[in-house]
Amino acid sequence: MTSSPSPTISAPALEMRGITKRYPGVIANDRIDLTVRPGEIHALLGENGAGKSTLMNILYGLTRPDEGEILLDGEPITIKGPSDAIARGISMVHQHFMLVPVLNVADNILLGAETMANRVFLDRDEARRRIRELGQRFGFDIDPDETVGRLSVGWQQRVEILKALYREARILVLDEPTAVLTPQETKEIFAVLRRLAAEGHSIIFISHKLSEVLEIADRITVIRRGRVVGERLPADTNEEDLAELMVGREVQLVADRGESHPADVLLSVESLAVGDDRGREVVHGISFEVRAGEIFGIAGVAGNGQDELVEAITGLRRPAAGRVRLGADDVTMADPRQAHEHGISFVPADRHRFGMVTSFSLADNLVLTDYYAPPYARRGVRDDAAIAARAEEAIREFDIRTPSATVTAGTLSGGNQQKMVVAREFDRDLRLLVLDQPTRGLDVGSVEFIHRQTVRKRDAGTAVLLVSAELDEVLELSDRIGVMYRGKMVAILDGPTASREHVGLLMATGGHETPEGAPQGAAAPEPRRTGA
Amino acid sequence: MLTGLFDIPVLGLILQLLDFLLNVVTVNGPVILSLATPLALGAMCGVISERSGVVNIGIEGMMLASAFSAWLVASVAAQAFPAEPGFFFGVTPALLIGLAAALATGVAFSLVHAWLSISIRADQIISGTIINIVAFGVTAYLDLLLSRTSQPSGGKFVAFAPPQALLDLPVIGWLFRMVLAQGPITMAAIVIAVVFQVLLFRSRWGLRTRAVGEHPKAAETVGIDVIRLRYRNVLAGGLLAGLAGAWFTIDFGTTFQTGMTNGRGFIALAAMIFGRWHPIGAFGAALLFAASGALGTAIRTTPPPGQLGEILISIPEQVFSALPYLVTIAVLAGVVGRSVAPAADGQPYEREATH
Repeated sequence: MTSSPSPTISAPALEMRGITKRYPGVIANDRIDLTVRPGEIHALLGENGAGKSTLMNILYGLTRPDEGEILLDGEPITIKGPSDAIARGISMVHQHFMLVPVLNVADNILLGAETMANRVFLDRDEARRRIRELGQRFGFDIDPDETVGRLSVGWQQRVEILKALYREARILVLDEPTAVLTPQETKEIFAVLRRLAAEGHSIIFISHKLSEVLEIADRITVIRRGRVVGERLPADTNEEDLAELMVGREVQLVADRGESHPADVLLSVESLAVGDDRGREVVHGISFEVRAGEIFGIAGVAGNGQDELVEAITGLRRPAAGRVRLGADDVTMADPRQAHEHGISFVPADRHRFGMVTSFSLADNLVLTDYYAPPYARRGVRDDAAIAARAEEAIREFDIRTPSATVTAGTLSGGNQQKMVVAREFDRDLRLLVLDQPTRGLDVGSVEFIHRQTVRKRDAGTAVLLVSAELDEVLELSDRIGVMYRGKMVAILDGPTASREHVGLLMATGGHETPEGAPQGAAAPEPRRTGA
Repeated sequence: MLTGLFDIPVLGLILQLLDFLLNVVTVNGPVILSLATPLALGAMCGVISERSGVVNIGIEGMMLASAFSAWLVASVAAQAFPAEPGFFFGVTPALLIGLAAALATGVAFSLVHAWLSISIRADQIISGTIINIVAFGVTAYLDLLLSRTSQPSGGKFVAFAPPQALLDLPVIGWLFRMVLAQGPITMAAIVIAVVFQVLLFRSRWGLRTRAVGEHPKAAETVGIDVIRLRYRNVLAGGLLAGLAGAWFTIDFGTTFQTGMTNGRGFIALAAMIFGRWHPIGAFGAALLFAASGALGTAIRTTPPPGQLGEILISIPEQVFSALPYLVTIAVLAGVVGRSVAPAADGQPYEREATH
């Protein structure tokens, strides 16, 4: 095995000095210094909105800094756009993959760095040959002719990495690369990254996941509110230290969930089958129960039927077969309003599309589910005073940071938007709380807050159904854990005693010995989503 | 040899109908191909624009305006530079100037559309509608002013005359007649369809165009200038629409009439969808639509003999006139299976990092 060049003695491959970027009202980057050495995996740790993305957009030429300089191998350079960055060997793997789903692997890799047979035509044969060669060198066999939209998320990420390698990138920026991966896929990607580093590539690894950063990084730079607040070697630090640096105060990393006291069965799902938008059955006869006063977590790679299951329970989708009962009531065919009136609250995964109306005010969003009934409306006429009073109360109780209750919800930060949704859904007389990815994309502080509220609801006797692709979240909060794989509940485990490895393996394989053919993967192709 | 089968009830009638259809296609081949030309060029205008993510429903207006300017400019030029028709396609300086005017008009209108939908990020449907309304109104008004004085003409291109021996070949002779006995714009349309198809799927430009129409952000992150590529494609589409416009007044006919494109720009859009955003597919769909039109005419002018003829003649004439439109509706309703548009079609692109 070749040893990677020691990070302490080699000259920096990349230096960013005094980078400052101001936006109206905020300083996104305040004199940031970052030094990356050849063959080093350098983690950039910070909360959402800390300025990591701005810094990387500057490095990649998507944004121009107001001040500061960038040095590559000691030479000052200016980067005017992505093509400039790519030409200098800097590549970026974006958090939301920048792949064209309908094109195949080879075309996606070629795009923008086309290998030409002549002035006009592509040389796809040569491209295929080089892609296969690169894949083999870094330990993954990939079919250049496979359509990207049919690959699992883990393999799409490999395509992104290949894209960078095809452009002969020396500095590779990965933005939250593990956010969408199973633990097994994360391990595989880490192996690839280590191999890249061993060959002398420098890797900037952006993350807010402490354990991962400690596992993969050679060095860690922590950013908070646009400033570098510390640099650490993994050997000299731990999760608590990093979290405190990142947030600026002591953070309780694991929700103190205490003992649960489950009472009677409240939600019972019997042989429920649900189809997706195209009418294909994606939930196959699932049965489980959730008791009052317990948190039932559903773990699974995104796209294994969780969304459809949740939508069927909350009335957003008609089940094809089976039953959903809430206490003594049959709510199988309830519409969303009936479900709400039965005492089902729902925090959807995509808050922008399903949790709020971004162009409405904060106050109106807080009564989206109850606007038609007293006290918010009388004989069909809304009561603005009651709605305003409700908003004031929710802002105080749920610590929503906003200039006023009348601001448009879309202008709030992600964490505050989610607090708004949580305030509406949690703060009422309810029996079942359905949470779908309740903390996706939120900063540590907001996550902590929402987890605490969830445990409090449970302790008040609410049945909680938690769906999350973040395995850690499921493990931390759940009293019992169901694992979904290809539309089936493959296991139901006791929460406190479940091991991360075991659940991860179940998520990836459904309990079979080996993961099935990788390119098909577990994840069904996402419905087309552009940009994002 | 087959005519004996025509006496079988029902089946015989169907065979007669097929025989009649085949006859219509072989006899009217050259006309069908010529009538398909503006549809095919219009559809390809749509393909090149929408493949890069810009919806263009202003094709009708672009064609109409180009038809008008081709006619007007060719007429004026014919008086300024009188000349004998050339050997190939009856080319005269006036016709070439008229053709150039049509292309310039198409590009000018598409520049407006590009600016509104790419730079201003206006609603692309509205932008296209504006173009259609403006083109109709302005050409109708100008035509009215001009027709008061006289009805000038700049002449027209003539069809190529292939060697008779080639046309007399058994079985495939009609195919040669259909493809070769054509004016320059129709021949250009055939060449453009083939070249466009190959470029779209095998060239760097084609790959980038498709990527930009599907996922512009992904294209931008690998250094592709989305805005510039969309401008170029929409303007190239304007050239195609201009060529289609010229067909009306200096190739197929010699004068302009108010609203003479008569909805062909919209049928071209249907052909684009039917052809699944492929140049060759769009051309094929245009041929089908043109053939359905020719069928209506053939039934009125030369109905088949016997029982079939009686049945067809008993159908009101208007049904056959409506045939191309009925086919279009059937196509748009998804009768031929779903046809999926580029994912970012119609979505304005905004560079994110500028905020």
